[in-house]
Amino acid sequence: MHAESLTMLAYIIAGVCFIMALKGLSSPESSRQGNIFGIAGMTIAILTTLASPVVVNYLWIVIGIAIGGTAGAIIAKKIKMTALPQLVAAFHSLVGLAAVFVATAAYLSPESYGIGTAGHIHTGSLVEMSLGLAVGAVTFSGSIIAFGKLQGLISGKPVTFPMQHMLNLLLGILLVVLIIAFAATESSAAFFLLMALAFALGFLLIIPIGGADMPVVISMLNSYSGWAACGIGFTLANSLLIITGALVGASGAILSYIMCKGMNRSFFNVILGGFGADAAAASGPDLGDKTVKSGSADDAAFIMKNASKVIIVPGYGMAVAQAQHALREMADTLKKEGVDVSYAIHPVAGRMPGHMNVLLAEANVPYDEVFELEEINHEFSTADVVYVIGANDVTNPSAKNDPSSPIYGMPILEVDRAKTVLFVKRSMASGYAGVENPLFYADNTMMLFGDAKKMTEQIVQSL
Amino acid sequence: MAAENLAEQAGRVAEKAGELAAAAHALAEQAANTVTAVVTGAPAPEATPGPFWYLFTIFVLAIFVGYYVVWRVTPALHSPLMAVTNAISSVIIVGALIAAGPAHFSASQVMGFLAVILASVNIFGGFIVTQRMLSMFKKKK
Repeated sequence: MHAESLTMLAYIIAGVCFIMALKGLSSPESSRQGNIFGIAGMTIAILTTLASPVVVNYLWIVIGIAIGGTAGAIIAKKIKMTALPQLVAAFHSLVGLAAVFVATAAYLSPESYGIGTAGHIHTGSLVEMSLGLAVGAVTFSGSIIAFGKLQGLISGKPVTFPMQHMLNLLLGILLVVLIIAFAATESSAAFFLLMALAFALGFLLIIPIGGADMPVVISMLNSYSGWAACGIGFTLANSLLIITGALVGASGAILSYIMCKGMNRSFFNVILGGFGADAAAASGPDLGDKTVKSGSADDAAFIMKNASKVIIVPGYGMAVAQAQHALREMADTLKKEGVDVSYAIHPVAGRMPGHMNVLLAEANVPYDEVFELEEINHEFSTADVVYVIGANDVTNPSAKNDPSSPIYGMPILEVDRAKTVLFVKRSMASGYAGVENPLFYADNTMMLFGDAKKMTEQIVQSL
Repeated sequence: MAAENLAEQAGRVAEKAGELAAAAHALAEQAANTVTAVVTGAPAPEATPGPFWYLFTIFVLAIFVGYYVVWRVTPALHSPLMAVTNAISSVIIVGALIAAGPAHFSASQVMGFLAVILASVNIFGGFIVTQRMLSMFKKKK
């Protein structure tokens, strides 16, 4: 067979492997095999490219893979599962930066890629190249900001300033103009100006978005990294890059959509940012001088021991307090007492899609005890006790019955239907949305004030 | 999913299929032209759409594949999904290898070398962290 046909064949096999990798994730049993497919696909793609006649200098390639691979492996083995969101954000930034480098390489040596000669690159390739460059640069700087916010290096609060959206719009228009100018002139000034502006835009796009909106941001950047790969794929006329980029782009877009739906907010509302910045303004319903019932770990242990059905609702606070192991211990003890225990997870719990599921799995909670919102919402009315740990807004009944609430319409876990709600919290402070939670004052709610981990450990002891 | 939603989606898919068929037809025509050109020894005319439409077809179809495959991913595995898509998007290393590969030193080779490092961090890191996560998901004993 012709060498070029062989390359095409290998690339399509790699593409199919990547599709299989995603397909495997439809259930935990098939997922591990899926990951093997992914690794196989990547190996095929790399070996095929190494065998191509333009690649003759292997020394630097081997050194590069050795350096990067070692660093990646060490990070991936050491990272704590609570820090997963920032790890993924950091990885996205690397894809973005790699796209920027490859676009630059294609611009400097178009001969290597067969898209013309320096100064005479095909116009179509110039457009594709500049798109790959721009999206890659936005992905890079945007992900750096997201990483900083998640890691706590910069404030998780939304940073807003006047004329912010006008500035972004202006930058966006300028980017389009520059892409056209670059395609027409192939000037290096336009190329590097485009790069600089795209870096600035990525930075400005993410800076106004608050911490708890990070699930949307990470999904969106995931999508961008895919589209950047697509842009480079078109530039290099490489079908595998296009297939993979499109898969990743679609995946990120769907995840962003699911996250937005979980908050009942439009994508643009999240992207424009500033949510939760004016927390004081949105104080929610006037609750007057209602009293709060608070209890001790012993009370909670007593109530739960005598229950027949307990549902646990974990949120980001559980991750912050690293309470997942103590929580599983509590569930184990309860199960020994004959109590039916399950877990309810809101789509936007945590700082990235599915984050809570991973944390619970890490604490050896079997995945068939963990349920999504639609699966478990009707179960709350038959539950004796709901144990809310580190979650707040996602349980707020105002979202259902108070049209004036900023979170009205957001799908919530209807924990207020249970006989007793145990709410672990450090203080009475409101959640991310800045909305007061009437659940705290409900007759069937008992507040357990304290650190999520310590409180849960104390409950385990008194059980 | 509601029935009308499904119907609407089916409608859209049918529409897209129609468009794709048209695109495929155009491609076939173009391929025929190219073959003729090669056989007669004449260079392919510059004005034809070129490989872009062929790549664009792949692009659109791949988005559809991605759309249907990703909706079937169970929400419990959305974090591993994100980690593995992150790993596979580093297939951009293919472009980096070509840049880093030539025999003669150039600025673009440096770019390629740096991109190989970055993409490798992602490939190894992404697949390993995905494997770590997936190995934690266990059934009730």
